[in-house]
Amino acid sequence: MAKLRQCAIYGKGGIGKSTTTQNLVAGLAELGKKVMIVGCDPKADSTRLILHAKAQNSIMQMASEAGSVEDLELEDVLKVGYRDIKCVESGGPEPGVGCAGRGVITAINFLEEEGAYDEDLDFVFYDVLGDVVCGGFAMPIRENKAQEIYIVCSGEMMAMYAANNIAKGIVKYANSGGVRLAGLICNSRQTAREDELIMELAAKLGTHMIHFVPRDNVVQRAEIRRMTVIEYEPTAKQAQEYRDLANKIINNKNLVIPTPITMDELEELLMEFGIMEEVDESIVGQTAAAEVAA
Amino acid sequence: MSQKVDNIQPSYPLFRTDEYKDNLANKRAEYEERHPQEQIDEVFQWTTTKEYQEINFNREALTVNPAKACQPLGAVLCALGFEKTLPYVHGSQGCVAYFRTYFNRHFKEPIACVSDSMTEDAAVFGGQKNMFAGLENAKALYKPDVIAVSTTCMAEVIGDDLNAFINNAKNEGHIEQDFPTPFAHTPSFVGSHTTGWDNMFEGIMRYNTLNFMADKEVGSNGKINFVPGFETYLGNFRVINRMMKEMGVDYTLLSDPTEVLDTPADGTFRMYAGGTSYADVKDAPNAITTILLQPWQLEKTKKFVDATWKQEVPKLNIPMGLEWTDALLMKVSELSGKPIPESLEKERGRLVDMMTDSHAWMHGKKFALYGDADFALGMTKFLLELGAEVTDVLVNHANKRWKKACEEVLAASPYGQNATVHIGKDLWHFRSLVFTNKPDFMMGNSYGKFIQRDTFYKGEEFEVPLIRVGFPIFDRHHLHRMTTLGYEGAIYLLTTLVNAVLEQLDKETKGMGTTDYNYYLIR
Repeated sequence: MAKLRQCAIYGKGGIGKSTTTQNLVAGLAELGKKVMIVGCDPKADSTRLILHAKAQNSIMQMASEAGSVEDLELEDVLKVGYRDIKCVESGGPEPGVGCAGRGVITAINFLEEEGAYDEDLDFVFYDVLGDVVCGGFAMPIRENKAQEIYIVCSGEMMAMYAANNIAKGIVKYANSGGVRLAGLICNSRQTAREDELIMELAAKLGTHMIHFVPRDNVVQRAEIRRMTVIEYEPTAKQAQEYRDLANKIINNKNLVIPTPITMDELEELLMEFGIMEEVDESIVGQTAAAEVAA
Repeated sequence: MSQKVDNIQPSYPLFRTDEYKDNLANKRAEYEERHPQEQIDEVFQWTTTKEYQEINFNREALTVNPAKACQPLGAVLCALGFEKTLPYVHGSQGCVAYFRTYFNRHFKEPIACVSDSMTEDAAVFGGQKNMFAGLENAKALYKPDVIAVSTTCMAEVIGDDLNAFINNAKNEGHIEQDFPTPFAHTPSFVGSHTTGWDNMFEGIMRYNTLNFMADKEVGSNGKINFVPGFETYLGNFRVINRMMKEMGVDYTLLSDPTEVLDTPADGTFRMYAGGTSYADVKDAPNAITTILLQPWQLEKTKKFVDATWKQEVPKLNIPMGLEWTDALLMKVSELSGKPIPESLEKERGRLVDMMTDSHAWMHGKKFALYGDADFALGMTKFLLELGAEVTDVLVNHANKRWKKACEEVLAASPYGQNATVHIGKDLWHFRSLVFTNKPDFMMGNSYGKFIQRDTFYKGEEFEVPLIRVGFPIFDRHHLHRMTTLGYEGAIYLLTTLVNAVLEQLDKETKGMGTTDYNYYLIR
């Protein structure tokens, strides 16, 4: 058996982490890899394309119904979907109450204790909520958990800003343990020179753009059917893109401690690519009325 | 009203003086809006009925007097059993004050344990800064050889990562890279004090052996390891030491706090004393095997010993009473090739002699008991061996498999046929059981005294005396020095039990001219 590789997927909210993860995992499964997805998001939507389900029953939801986590059995929460991909959702509270971060910790501890990480697995993917807001959402990158982190981003300013922030978070853990940044996955928003921009950002962060996933409506068409592109239309061009990404991840040896950049450096980069214009200091704080008067 | 300087009195007997009696009665009448006494009594009587018991057992949202404590408490006790090791709790100060007082009151000893005092800013920003300063200060002030880190709820809820924080503290030079810092996450809201002991123990073993397994070979040092688990009877550590020495077996007791929890008053304060040495810890994977003295409370340890040390952990029960002590000694004899010596055979014979001597008094006496999983199971087994009947066994933290095991032990004896086993229940459930099943005695820690008070309030004939065995025992002195394991432990327990029976007999027959039927000392 090859050593189990654990990967965490981070990125700005809405960037397409869950869609990319599931398509990529489907690609890995097609190549004969045994994979488990652990959704680390209270929304619990990290596994629906694999399971063809609305939303999987999550560990925390089942635990609160059963009374406590100790009352749960692994088979209650671990579902098997497309090509034997194992699926688990940590789940968490409704917005505005409780502590979602603790939910992630509890869920991952439960999986470890119940032996979910069995010896046959080749990959575990953690699909983590967009913003690493507290220690709980860093649980997947603690020692002996995910060692490879992929950041999903696009050529939009906020997505790159988020990617840089996540790199800062990784540095904190990388210095004390084995966790490494393994690459940026560009999920295209069709902005100008997007690939070059992300390659440039990747270079500044000390990593690489592992793959450029173009935009294609087939992803949405598959998603309406709660399927990955690979399952819905295996011959589609987009399916091949996800297979390429899967292959690149299998062969990826580029693991680094990232070198996050400052806000100024990031803004410079954005200006260079024309995404941001240089700020005209003379108009800062001027209302429209004041500008007309001037 | 005021105290006299040459005769300062505590609340009892002070509050029994007329002045205080009047004062308290006034307060009650004027300000407390108390329900009439008849109504209180009516409700009280209702809480002693079968009907109330059913409602009580359907309780979902509340725990009253839980009969367990929290994880870091166990982690602290575990760490105290290792040489020059300072228990360090990453979290809030109040929690650590609680652990220290709890052990103070039980052991009547000072307890060395520090916290890194996380406050509101730490809750927001994470406790890494506290860890940096805490490790640096604790090491400089208290000069331990090892700091064993556990956590409180606060650090766990915000997701502080001990491994990362400790490594960062070393990378930034707050303590040396090679300073040993085993650690364990011990969220208080998961499991109990016994889980915490198990977690900390696994943490210490992991830290000291996981990356050093290359040159280890099972059986190469010819020793047997013993893991006590959450154990508060100092005699239990000592009896294992004594029995193994008498057998001539080479052994290591992994976690032994007997010295530091029993320091002499000779003018020298000892922050650290005794404890298992780290040389022994590092050598532990070379042992023939590891015996878990409280196997139900050491599940994580068992996994680690199985998976990392590759030792086959023998299936044994807690060595309480006759049969299970026999089983332990025979297993040790089998593993070590050393025969059981005459001294232990004699000791066993003495226990059997005592059991037959007291049989007339123990036979058919009914007991209800509560406590930790392994103690409760072992005590049940021994009571049945004595011919005593068990009515109820209650353990809050035990799982379904334990319940099944306990039920099997009960089913195998004619004295266990009317017993019920309860898990996930608290002492308020236990109170109902004591009223409805009317055992002759209950056994457990000091918290049972309020149940005894309640049974006495119902009427003298309903009183169920508490026999104090377990943890914590605050309201009796020095019981923590006794022994409950091995033949020696059985001898102590039997002595305690039979004398409780005889004391109760005396109490029931001390009437002048009524129950003094003859002039004989024993009724």
